[in-house]
Amino acid sequence: MIKKLTFLALIAGFGYMLWTGLAKYNAAESLNRISSYYAQDGLEEVGAANLVTAVVVTYRGLDTLGEVSILFLTASILGFFLVSGKGPKIPLQDSSEILKTASKLLEPIILLFGIYVFINGHLTPGGGFQGGAILASALILAYLANPKEGINKSIFRITESISGVVFILIGILGIVLAGGFLDNRIIPVGSIGDLISAGIIPIIYIFVGMKVGAELTSIVTNLKHSPKNNVE
Amino acid sequence: METNLNIILAIVIGVLALVFAIIAIYHKKLSVAIIASGAVSLMASILFLLLSAPDVAMTEAAIGSGLSVIIFFYALSKIRKQHD
Amino acid sequence: MMALEHITLIIGSSLILLGLWGLITQKNLIKIVISFTLVDAGIHILMISLGYLKNRTAPIVDGTIDNAVEQIVDPIPQAMVLTAIVIGLGITALMLSFVIRLAKDKNSLNVSNFKDLKW
Repeated sequence: MIKKLTFLALIAGFGYMLWTGLAKYNAAESLNRISSYYAQDGLEEVGAANLVTAVVVTYRGLDTLGEVSILFLTASILGFFLVSGKGPKIPLQDSSEILKTASKLLEPIILLFGIYVFINGHLTPGGGFQGGAILASALILAYLANPKEGINKSIFRITESISGVVFILIGILGIVLAGGFLDNRIIPVGSIGDLISAGIIPIIYIFVGMKVGAELTSIVTNLKHSPKNNVE
Repeated sequence: METNLNIILAIVIGVLALVFAIIAIYHKKLSVAIIASGAVSLMASILFLLLSAPDVAMTEAAIGSGLSVIIFFYALSKIRKQHD
Repeated sequence: MMALEHITLIIGSSLILLGLWGLITQKNLIKIVISFTLVDAGIHILMISLGYLKNRTAPIVDGTIDNAVEQIVDPIPQAMVLTAIVIGLGITALMLSFVIRLAKDKNSLNVSNFKDLKW
């Protein structure tokens, strides 16, 4: 009881800190300097109608590179931790007829939607991360429907490695041909609103999407194939 | 755009999110708690949409309430309690 | 009448506090990971609320927007949260893999049973 009261006091203190910070908060009336620069000159510089994409891929491209590397690291650590262990094999059950039929029907549509989301990332809401997550969910649906079928993990490994290398190569091409690392003006920016515009952004997002999809799928498959253990 | 309807919707969704969060913390069954945490993410994604951040809303809906629930369930199936 | 960003700020802070409460009080390892995801969602709501500006639309410049500086919300917090969500999934998966290994070693999910480093 004393313990809980201490915790409650701790949380209340933290809440009071948040409250003092936020009580007087009023939304700003205008954008700050960096944001208004992005909003004003970003369109001509980057050519992406979706400014979030412009920030994620071009202005803060290094952050995205770091993020993708963190995901890669997570997938590797998961594989290291889970697959190596020994334990009783999981008896796999067949999935139901409804799931099998529905997955056959839905998988191509979901895959197509994922590809649409990351190809149109510079025009509409969406992009490599969302599209990759949608691709991964289509592949996971396939696993759920056919749990007994073997998975060729090397495809994901190869896709992931190639996409990562291409991402960095495009970044280095930016140093050589344009203004700096991950600059998107390697090819002409084009007119805003076209599918083929915003320089290299659609191509970067295609590779980011493939990389994220492969990584998320390999995270789930590593979890799936780790040995089972029963806990009291 | 900000209308009264948006504000009422935000209050309803936010209260729902808090209720789901309490369920996620206090429900005895782990599977129910996991689904409740996915529902919190879903409510959060609606709030992002109200705050005019459709990109973030999409990501949160696809990753927070889709993939992370699947990951939780795979992990749970590995450490299934006998009496759960 | 409260403004939209105040409501979401309150919701985000309460989610953070609830998640912290769960992190401290819960004994089950999976519950602790769930509480962590709640804190994560709360922080995301907080960050997006801080980037919100009144009566403005999403930072996507199409035909309906003439003067982007006057009409869109701040795109930078949105980009940061986009990154944070994906990394949050990675961290959750990593923590769950640790939970699986810990549960296998100790045959228990109760955090009180893990006291190897306690003396």
